Amino acid sequence: MAEPNVVLNNPEQGNATREQDLIARVQCGQNELFYELVKPYERRVYAAALAILHNETDAEDVAQEAMLKAFVNLRQFRAEARFSTWLIQITVNEALMRRRRERTVVMEGIDDRRDEETDYAPRDFADWREIPSESLERKEVRQKLAVALASLDRKYREVFVLRDVEQLNIQETAEVLGISVASVKTRLLRARLMLRDLLAGGWEQGWFSRLPFEKGSKPW
Amino acid sequence: MVSREAVNCEQVWREISNYVDGEVDSGLRAAMDEHFQACKRCTSVLAGIRNVIQLYGDERMIEAPAGFGRRLEKRLAQNVREASGWWPSWSAWLIPVAALALIVGGLQLAKSPTAKSPTAEAPLKSPQAQPGHNIPPDLVVLVVEGTKVFHVAGCALIHDKDKVQSLTAKEALEKGYTPCVRCMRKYLETASAGRARFGDETHVDADADGEDPRAGGGQ
Repeated sequence: MAEPNVVLNNPEQGNATREQDLIARVQCGQNELFYELVKPYERRVYAAALAILHNETDAEDVAQEAMLKAFVNLRQFRAEARFSTWLIQITVNEALMRRRRERTVVMEGIDDRRDEETDYAPRDFADWREIPSESLERKEVRQKLAVALASLDRKYREVFVLRDVEQLNIQETAEVLGISVASVKTRLLRARLMLRDLLAGGWEQGWFSRLPFEKGSKPW
Repeated sequence: MVSREAVNCEQVWREISNYVDGEVDSGLRAAMDEHFQACKRCTSVLAGIRNVIQLYGDERMIEAPAGFGRRLEKRLAQNVREASGWWPSWSAWLIPVAALALIVGGLQLAKSPTAKSPTAEAPLKSPQAQPGHNIPPDLVVLVVEGTKVFHVAGCALIHDKDKVQSLTAKEALEKGYTPCVRCMRKYLETASAGRARFGDETHVDADADGEDPRAGGGQ
């Protein structure tokens, strides 16, 4: 008997089809498949919770709570939305609720919601070379990047993580955080520039490699 | 073609993030492109931002603590089992048997001089209200707007799925919701054995296709 005449050359398309299939099955009561459905996103969900809460224990707990909420609300999920975005939205809501409950907002400053009015000027203008992604194989490099990200103020960290780590678009980031598109853009600019400067300092200390950059050139 | 006025470094820095995201209009983009060709400093800033985006956007940057996935899977498994384990398919034949047993038991209890009315217990808001026992407080349950009963996901007695909200069992009990006699049965069995409202129970049991017991309660 001939194989079904369906060829999925694009792995992403194949994954999306499989995801839709899993969603439909869980919605029909095959609950045991739920973990399989969310497993590809579990680290992303954790990262989103961590960006908001800045505390690993709380982030893990909120990530679990968010997954449970996603499970009980899965019947309300509509196929026109991206499942990953829907999960992140639930996670951010859970994390924001947790933070409000625990009043950590006070700890991070009452001016936190106001955007900076002055422009941020870059500090480092060395010649640039691309950092090869292989450098991320090194745990030390990943840790340095994580520390730099964690050093950002909350409002910049949240926007940066949702946009550049979770890969939400600007509109989605604004909706998830309940802020304006203009605020997302302003905070994103500052977050990116600050991280660039923070990591430029790291380059001086040789974080990114023993790579054969040309004399006098830096990746920043 | 009319070209846009030249931009300086400060203007470039203000828009550089939007430039990378494709959020600037074509005129500004052209002006910035022109500026980048002549300005090494701004080219460095642009390249650095692209590096930041590329590095942090890499899957390898998203790390969770050791054992995170295992712990998540375990917690989901517990709750998913709670949600789906209330009505194992192999026991479907028990429905009429259980219904009959409840009718007989109810008649006998009704005759008993020691039978107590459920209204003697703490005031409850639903006609089907019975106190829940041993319900895990963090069990995720569903409530439907305008009703006073909570369910686990998948319960056939949830009718208006667009008006469903999720809560923990603890929150639901605190807000005065009572356990659904059908999907929360296992938590009600022990406690309600001596005083359950068998008429309602019987109705639910006999009505396996999910008719709301409240709708039939007055018939």
